[in-house]
Amino acid sequence: MTRSTIELTPTVEDRRIARHAAAAIVLTVAEAAIPLPLPGVKPGLANIVTLVVLARWGWREAVWVSLLRVFAGSLLLGQFLAPGFFLSLSGAIASLLVLGLAMHLPKRWFGPVSHSILAAFAHIGAQLVVARVWLVPHDGVFYLVPVFAAAAVLFGVVNGLVAGRLLQELAIEEAATGSAERESECVVKPPN
Amino acid sequence: MIRIPADWRALLRPGDWLVIAAGLVLCVYSGIGFWTAGAPDGVIVRAGGKVFAEADLSRARRIEVPGPLGTTLVEIEPGRARVAADPGPRQYCVRQGWLDRAGAVAICAPNQVSLILTGRGADYDSLNY
Repeated sequence: MTRSTIELTPTVEDRRIARHAAAAIVLTVAEAAIPLPLPGVKPGLANIVTLVVLARWGWREAVWVSLLRVFAGSLLLGQFLAPGFFLSLSGAIASLLVLGLAMHLPKRWFGPVSHSILAAFAHIGAQLVVARVWLVPHDGVFYLVPVFAAAAVLFGVVNGLVAGRLLQELAIEEAATGSAERESECVVKPPN
Repeated sequence: MIRIPADWRALLRPGDWLVIAAGLVLCVYSGIGFWTAGAPDGVIVRAGGKVFAEADLSRARRIEVPGPLGTTLVEIEPGRARVAADPGPRQYCVRQGWLDRAGAVAICAPNQVSLILTGRGADYDSLNY
């Protein structure tokens, strides 16, 4: 066999992104097993990972993790390029854009819960637009807006709290072990 | 009110409460906006193509509409209206029952009487049979 002339050396950052994306994909697949009363209302547990990555490693990595999760998650669930895939992709892109803005809100006042709720609203907003324009070209889709909005608040708060708790415990763990032992290879930590 | 344990509550910063409140307001607002849009607010009764009566749907009343075959009886109740009786042979407009969506129409063609509910956000402009 000819030796490949192309050698890809994953950087520390690549490994970190892959690890976080893997966690997000696991949550996506696990969530798909939960029976839900209404199509489109999902807890979006994978977004917890996005929120944690956003707070710890910045927006660029959150984008990588979130989009990798959408692509790999849909491949695993057999949804790739199906309507559901485009709905999650549009939702993910919109939430990432909103998160990019929301992360600059004063940290003293706005925490992961705010980020989570705002992202959830961006998510349903983009999905509704895609659904209205492409999948259900009728204003009837808007009949479900109040339900989606309620779900966005509820799951936004829950996901935000879980992300906040994880961040808190990661910070405690880091403080206890001096420098982050578990993530010792990640030397370049963005200043907070 | 749901009791949140203190260690979880500590994760909520002041602005977070604000965002939660804004989210809930949006829920209620969209609920009002999207779920009451089809509610009718008035009724127009036509006879022989001309407007015979216009009424709001706030209180119950009955309107007797004369036509070529006889009298069509329109009944109005808060939020809905129907043709209660009609001299027409097939009774289509009577059997349609109560109309309660904006834009809904009952037409008693033989007696040349029609009933239409008006309102914001009607589902359709007109109906053809």
